[in-house]
Amino acid sequence: MTTTTTARTTIQVPAHPATPLARLRWALADTWTLTLRGINHWIRQPLPVIGGMAFMVMLVALYGFLFGGAMQVPGGGRYIEFLLPGMFVMTMAFGIGETMSAVSVDAERGVTDRFRSMPMTSSAVVMGRSITDMLYSTVGLGVMIGAGLALGWRWHGGIGETLAAFGLLLLLRFAMLWVGILLGLIVPGPGAVNAVWTVLFPLTMVTAAFAPPETMPAWLGFIAEWNPLSATIYATRDLFGNPGVGGSSFVADNATLLSVAWPLVLLGIFLPLSVHRYRNLSR
Amino acid sequence: MKERQPAVRAEGLRKRYGSTDALAGFDLVVERGAVCGLLGPNGAGKTTAVRILATLLRPNGGRAEVAGLDVVRDAGRVRQRIGLVGQAAAVDEVLSGRQNLVMFGRLFHLGTSQAKARADELLEHFALADTGRKPVKQYSGGMRRRLDLAASLILAPEVLFLDEPTTGLDPRGRNEVWASIRALVADGTTVLLTTQYLDEADQLADQVCVIDHGRVIAEGPPDELKSRIGGDRVDVVLRSAADLPVAAAIVERAAEAAVETDPDTRRVSAPVRDRMAAMSDIFAALAAANVAAEDLAVRRPTLDEVFMELTGRPAEPSTDTTDTEEAAA
Repeated sequence: MTTTTTARTTIQVPAHPATPLARLRWALADTWTLTLRGINHWIRQPLPVIGGMAFMVMLVALYGFLFGGAMQVPGGGRYIEFLLPGMFVMTMAFGIGETMSAVSVDAERGVTDRFRSMPMTSSAVVMGRSITDMLYSTVGLGVMIGAGLALGWRWHGGIGETLAAFGLLLLLRFAMLWVGILLGLIVPGPGAVNAVWTVLFPLTMVTAAFAPPETMPAWLGFIAEWNPLSATIYATRDLFGNPGVGGSSFVADNATLLSVAWPLVLLGIFLPLSVHRYRNLSR
Repeated sequence: MKERQPAVRAEGLRKRYGSTDALAGFDLVVERGAVCGLLGPNGAGKTTAVRILATLLRPNGGRAEVAGLDVVRDAGRVRQRIGLVGQAAAVDEVLSGRQNLVMFGRLFHLGTSQAKARADELLEHFALADTGRKPVKQYSGGMRRRLDLAASLILAPEVLFLDEPTTGLDPRGRNEVWASIRALVADGTTVLLTTQYLDEADQLADQVCVIDHGRVIAEGPPDELKSRIGGDRVDVVLRSAADLPVAAAIVERAAEAAVETDPDTRRVSAPVRDRMAAMSDIFAALAAANVAAEDLAVRRPTLDEVFMELTGRPAEPSTDTTDTEEAAA
């Protein structure tokens, strides 16, 4: 099959980094290489990307038009304006599924093992994943904003408040990312990802996104109110100047604080667990 | 690099999973440039041993050196000197073959242009140049395996680990992979391969380690292992299964160990010391007893028989799927 040899001599083993600076250069280079990998995935497979975003846009339109006429926003206001912050948050939460399946496909195929058997920076694998997914979600958020604007949603706050709201959304996505990485490393293969998502999916729905929790049965309203996603929903509604910020509940009163605290708590739990899990794939 | 060091040295490696010992004092020495076959049934500890040597697992005890470097303390440098081909083709299915190799080359810290040149060189070498720009999804099993192998060879590693490299391949894919491995060996790469296919070890390895219950139970060149359990064997294939008892009695007189009979293939088989004398004795005695034989042959024992002799049970795995415990590890 071959006329040439593998040419042992033409390849020089790069010098192992001796200084912290050299190690950092390797880490950054590896992270960039893996980020490029994610971008190449989108270029090679644009349909799932477009499909995923189209699905979210369709949800906005469906909820907006199906329920928009019937829903009474507490304190007044248009339903589409009430709905959109919740849809933004849901887009961020759906990121768990995207991250989880990407991580578990790599583990299943043995790609994770190949990375681990290579002289690359181990943190680059998770760093590359997080940058890729954050880029994807930022673009996804942009598409949702466009769709929202087209359907009549507007922000009424100042530029600072608006940017702060987008910042909160991306902070939430960053927390979701590490939940996804941990779950992706734990679940035994991409088949199980669907099962896990079946359990997680209702948790992304039982929030204050579509209806005020006080209109739900008490137990469900309690879950929806204390769902970490709801704090971000309340806080972004407030910052965007959208209606339905909420009445007198503790979560509604302290939404801005909680919308920062919840993601930080989740990060505090899941980031170290993910890193630990990745390092200890070598149980 | 310390030149006289063996390529792989393991001393008393131990690995526990719960209450089971995946490795229980695993010793191994593979000289530079050799091809060593780790042979054993599912769950014997082959994969665990390779994963420790490839720095993916930490042992609970013992020590191991690869390319003269400790696999635990010096894992980073070991990783620059090894290639690993695991049980699944560990390549990105969405990217093209070339994109895969460039990505892995960059992750081995080659410069961009060097990584691209190396990718093209390896695609050419593994007869993937024509399909290098197609997504891996469209590759056949054998092509994926070759790409997997190419990705493991980017830094021209001193030691290449192959964990059941042909599991799940059709005979054609298997031959393709075997040819690639032979070419590598000709280049002087040290290869440690695990397999449950005895003919694969026989085909490729010049040193075979039979592993069972987490330790090496026999070791040596395939020929030596075979002669250790009784040298040549005589096979007699009868025309009629009814003659089996008579033929078994005849063969037994010439044999130096127990005679095996197999009614399905109408075969009588036994180890013999002096092959020519045994052949002519059996031939004459069969003729005198008026037993019609279809075939009478002397052959070396198969590694199957070696394994049977060493462990008291056949090497053939009960299922052909991967052992779950090993796969999970």
